Amino acid sequence: MDFSLSEEQKMFRAMFEDFSTNEIAPIAEEIDHEEMLPVDVLKKAARQGFLGATLPEEHFGASLDFVSYALLIEALARDCVSVAVTLGTHISLVAMSILDHGSDAQKEEFLPLLASGEAIGAFAMTEPDAGSDTTSLEARAVVDGEGYVLDGVKTWVANGEIANAGMDTLYLVFAEAPGGITAFLIPSDTSGLTVGYREPTLGLRSVPFHTLYLEGCRVPPANRLGDEGEGREIAERARQRMAITLGAAALGVSDNSVDVGAQFATERVQFDVPIAEKQAIQNFIAESAVETEALRYLVYHGAWQVDQGEDLAFDASVVKAFGARVARSVTDRMVQVMGGYGYMEDYPMARKYRDARALGIIGGPTEVHNVLIAKNVFSAWEVEITP
Amino acid sequence: MDFTFSPEHEALRRMIREFAENEVAPIAAEIDREGRVPFEVLHKMGEIGLLGVCFPQEYGGMGAGEAGYCILMEELGRICTSTATNVGAHIGIGAMSVYLDGNEEQKRKYLTPLARGEKFAAFLLTESDAGSDAAAIRTRAVRDGDHWVINGTKTFNTNGSFADIATVMAVTDPTLGPRGGITAFIIETDTPGFQVGRHEDKMGIRGSSTAELVFEDMRVPHENVLGKVGEGFVAFMKSLDMGRLTLGAACLGGAQAALEWSINWAKTREQFGTALAQKQSVQWMIADMATELEALRSLVYRVAWMVDTDQPFTRLAAMCKLYGSEVASRAIDMAVQIHGGLGYSRDYPIERAFRDARIAEIFEGTNEIQRIVIASRLFREHGVRISP
Repeated sequence: MDFSLSEEQKMFRAMFEDFSTNEIAPIAEEIDHEEMLPVDVLKKAARQGFLGATLPEEHFGASLDFVSYALLIEALARDCVSVAVTLGTHISLVAMSILDHGSDAQKEEFLPLLASGEAIGAFAMTEPDAGSDTTSLEARAVVDGEGYVLDGVKTWVANGEIANAGMDTLYLVFAEAPGGITAFLIPSDTSGLTVGYREPTLGLRSVPFHTLYLEGCRVPPANRLGDEGEGREIAERARQRMAITLGAAALGVSDNSVDVGAQFATERVQFDVPIAEKQAIQNFIAESAVETEALRYLVYHGAWQVDQGEDLAFDASVVKAFGARVARSVTDRMVQVMGGYGYMEDYPMARKYRDARALGIIGGPTEVHNVLIAKNVFSAWEVEITP
Repeated sequence: MDFTFSPEHEALRRMIREFAENEVAPIAAEIDREGRVPFEVLHKMGEIGLLGVCFPQEYGGMGAGEAGYCILMEELGRICTSTATNVGAHIGIGAMSVYLDGNEEQKRKYLTPLARGEKFAAFLLTESDAGSDAAAIRTRAVRDGDHWVINGTKTFNTNGSFADIATVMAVTDPTLGPRGGITAFIIETDTPGFQVGRHEDKMGIRGSSTAELVFEDMRVPHENVLGKVGEGFVAFMKSLDMGRLTLGAACLGGAQAALEWSINWAKTREQFGTALAQKQSVQWMIADMATELEALRSLVYRVAWMVDTDQPFTRLAAMCKLYGSEVASRAIDMAVQIHGGLGYSRDYPIERAFRDARIAEIFEGTNEIQRIVIASRLFREHGVRISP
């Protein structure tokens, strides 16, 4: 057992925190208010190698281990959960799916684009009638001549459209092909692909969640990721990585919220003393610190398991479910510590509170992760669990 | 024991529900989005007597008592928390303070137009350094002949930016502390020396107005002292007690809406081959919501009955606010969860309700203050005095 970060990981963490403090913190309120993806900051992140964090150097990645990558997500989420989710979608859901399941040609074609930030990865799985339940999809991929023709509607596509110039979008789209659910890599200039409605969200307001229309969208076989019917496994592994990534985001927003709340409590004087001296406030801080520290080692452990190549079926859901709960309860308590100031949009806590609420919903709602967790627990008794 | 509403109260509820669904529901999303107070709705409410629901008819009210007022707040809370907030600030603490402590002439002059909805009211207490610690206010009123001269700044004032009449708390004798040193004044906001400062950008209840108010040498006639000089602290505690009960009623309505939305969605949304209603995770949430809702409903209307029958209710009013705000927050949180992405989208009312609900744990005395009120009352019965 060794719970310490390596010297290299500590150095990376300092670098990530500097980046977040200098580049993200100053714009976090504005990009929330304007509902604007911070393209300039993403470009800077690309120059630092963050957009290809876990990709190998041969594909222009930074070759970070997953623990270091979790530290990156944590650092970004301290200042802005939206940016962490955009980056997590790009890396955990899209880039690493290509890395794990792509052909050499696909890796050579797409990974440098993603690592350099020329393209941002978007993940298109959800459909109007397939939210938690993605066992069957309505989007169809029909074989036609040399390639596939895709038709269907995808909703809540994270990073669904990168509005500003200078960045493109690469969609990882799941559809029902003759051989079962199949993944496709679709560049944004593909004909038959239209970006539709943007969801107006409670929080995560700088993440563009869009509806995506596929109408006679022709995709060459070279852009099929993995085999026909492999889509479910690709999606499942992507979701496990994302679950740990969202756990890291939950850790960042929780940890920072405790800092913000504690700072406020030392400055706010009521009944002649800083409210930090009141036990009610101390309990809010203490309970939040306990949960945050428990989450911290759960997240790092999950990230370490990714690096070890371990099966994540149980642990990823544990990280995700606990992370969502901690982020929700910690931000809720810190709003309370700040009282009226916690409710005002010109202080950061209201935004963190709105952002944190997403973590129990995106990447699979807590109820679905609970089913997966229970399934694993009950498997020891050979009890079959269905959602 | 009798837990039924009178036929008059039943009829009142039907009337208010119809009004809320026909007049308030259609504008609820818009006033949130635009951050605008729905004056057209408030005026209509005034015309049909709702803004004086609890006040005696001799002062232009409807005479439906506290129970009637709770029905109003519950029904508004079910449809639009912003509107409930505007109305609560107007009736529950603004006009209420005049009703509770005003003399006959003050009631005729000020309460009557407020009860008729011809004028709007606000209650001005909080300052930047006096939130939970309301006794720490610094706004100063100095006697000058037949007048008092008020100077200071009030923050987080609901309705303050548009109220015609307001009750303001000011220090009249700094040597005496809160009991004896604070006095309540009725002010007319078109008096020189009164200015509206910054408007707050809030997470929710965006269809209500929260503003900073600045007093600069504002002259108020001595006859506008509400209650007695030096007894302002007692006056505002009484008004706040009343406000806490009715905030609980508004929370009841909010929780009720969350339950209704959740049942409707769980009924129709299918995942994994069955309706969400068939999933125990969802059933448990519905059951917990409904159980808390019923407990809250009983508490709120029991305390309303206590008010209407002149029984002491301070401790229980604090419980209405504390429990009500937490029940509402939990219910709407579960509603968001049951709706998934739809619950997180501003296209549906659940998202707004989630933002709106959170304020109830904070304003009208934070829940920490309510716990202190409850604990101190209980300990006092056992001879222990506690300070916050």
